[in-house]
Amino acid sequence: MTPLLEVTDLVKTYGEGEAATQVLKGLDMQLAPGELVALLGPSGSGKSTLLTILGTLMRPTSGQHVMLGRDLTRARDAELTEFRNLHIGFVFQFHHLLPDFSALENVIFPAAVAAGRETARDRGRAAELLDRVGLSDRMDFLATQLSGGQKQRVAVARALMNQPELVLADEPTGNLDRESASQVMELLTEINRDEGTSFLISTHDETIAAACRRQIRVVDGRTG
Amino acid sequence: MLYSIKIAWRYLSSGKAQTALLVAGVAAGVFVFIFMSALIGGLASYLVQRTVGDISHVTIKPPDRDATLLLEDGTTVQLVQQRATTQRDTLRNAEAFLPGIEATAGVRAVSPQIVGNGFVVRGQSRSPVAVTGVEPARLSAIANIEARLVAGEARLGNGGVIIGASLASDLQVDVGQVITLQSDRGIERPLVVAGLFSIGVEALDSRAAFVSLATARTLFELPQGLSRIEIKLEDLNSADDYARRLAAETGLTAESWTTGNAQLLDGLRAQASSGNLIKGFALVTIVIGVASALLLSTYRRRSEIGIMRAFGASRGFVVAVFVLQGALIGILGGLIGAALGYLALSPFPIPEEAQAGGLPVDVRQGAYGLAISLTAIGAILASILPARAAARVDPVTVIGQ
Repeated sequence: MTPLLEVTDLVKTYGEGEAATQVLKGLDMQLAPGELVALLGPSGSGKSTLLTILGTLMRPTSGQHVMLGRDLTRARDAELTEFRNLHIGFVFQFHHLLPDFSALENVIFPAAVAAGRETARDRGRAAELLDRVGLSDRMDFLATQLSGGQKQRVAVARALMNQPELVLADEPTGNLDRESASQVMELLTEINRDEGTSFLISTHDETIAAACRRQIRVVDGRTG
Repeated sequence: MLYSIKIAWRYLSSGKAQTALLVAGVAAGVFVFIFMSALIGGLASYLVQRTVGDISHVTIKPPDRDATLLLEDGTTVQLVQQRATTQRDTLRNAEAFLPGIEATAGVRAVSPQIVGNGFVVRGQSRSPVAVTGVEPARLSAIANIEARLVAGEARLGNGGVIIGASLASDLQVDVGQVITLQSDRGIERPLVVAGLFSIGVEALDSRAAFVSLATARTLFELPQGLSRIEIKLEDLNSADDYARRLAAETGLTAESWTTGNAQLLDGLRAQASSGNLIKGFALVTIVIGVASALLLSTYRRRSEIGIMRAFGASRGFVVAVFVLQGALIGILGGLIGAALGYLALSPFPIPEEAQAGGLPVDVRQGAYGLAISLTAIGAILASILPARAAARVDPVTVIGQ
């Protein structure tokens, strides 16, 4: 099966000269379509850097990054922005919703920014997604009026808006109480199972890792 | 584009107090701009009205009649020549051009005149006067004598004269009484004072006398021809062009009012320059205000910009969001400032109707469209720097915070 994502000999170095710090040291990794994978590793192991590069928010110092058969290491900034919008979703630890916008407006953002306007079709899909994450009664609430767990569920809905092939989640439950964390994780597992969306979830939590079908450990800038 | 407008509007409406202050600042700048335009324009109209309103805009004068000195090539001569004084300079055939001049577009009034000097004699009193002979029907064609009459009527019969109120006071004469007008040709005629005028210019009120063209012909021994033709235009600013065109078309000597009023023109130009400087400062204040407010907004919203970039917003989209905020602030502030300016200026009478000592602002010269356009352009330019700063925000650094 053609991998969804493949990185080869990935190196990322911050700084220059004597101050240079190599975080990723020739990392190799593959992800198949529809996988639910946990990314494990201690703090400073390079997990967040890896997610940032896979999310096309940062370029590697060297190595190859291919997704959906496309070599992203050679793509221009504008191409990466468009690719990210269409094929990758993000769920961050601190939800990062737009505070002046309602739950529905936050979810619709990735589609609206691509189309240049909010279409009725996109509003319908955003409403469906919010219904799916159990927030159909909170659609018009501003992000600031939602609880932590609700915000994170809105963030999940936003990540799925453009039906991306891959969702990158960086400690998605790290800032939630146990009940909310469990709800969010159940949601991710359910979406992976029903829609075949691939998830790569960075976590310290072994319980979360155990809920994933595969675990990748990053140790000292390499996959273990 | 539609979506970037929505985001820009949301950012502005979510910070209501800050946006209101910003728009108020821009509106104040626009108000100053409009007030200065109306004041400088109104003042210019008022001054021109008061100083040039009652004079000819273009005057056709007789050509120079001094004899031309013929010299052989390479010869130089030092010569002191007295101008001919025995013959009066006249326009001999200019009357033929009158119908054509009157029919020209932009010409409001034409007044053929015979002018000369003389004395008004009343008993033992003798006062020098400048005599102007006009067609009775055109007495008020150039200077609105009729409107400035303080006594009597503006009717010039063959034996009538209209003189300044100061002159009448000096001579202790009133309407209906007889004075003797003696021309510099030594010809005397008794004339009945038909009216007294007061223009407010002492030189005219105490030294001018209007008689009919027929009376002037007698007084100055000029059975045919004219001394000059005065022309009043709809737009006095076109006087230079009109004078040039008239001279070229007729071969006559045509002089614009600007030729003899260089100082007034210099004053008006200096006044306009001062006004433009103040308007420029108002615009600079708007630009600095908008730029600094949007720059602050850029820093305050760094995290949101990073999120938008992470979810596929291009740099162009971010630039558009901030430039549109600048444009919306400029347009809103411009419209409010223009409306306030119009409302504040409306109660003032226009310069043509202004009383002496009043503020000569002209609500029609507020340059509202220009103020709104320049403000919108200035606000857009002011937003470019913050917009570029916003577009450079690295999503990685703000998302990691």
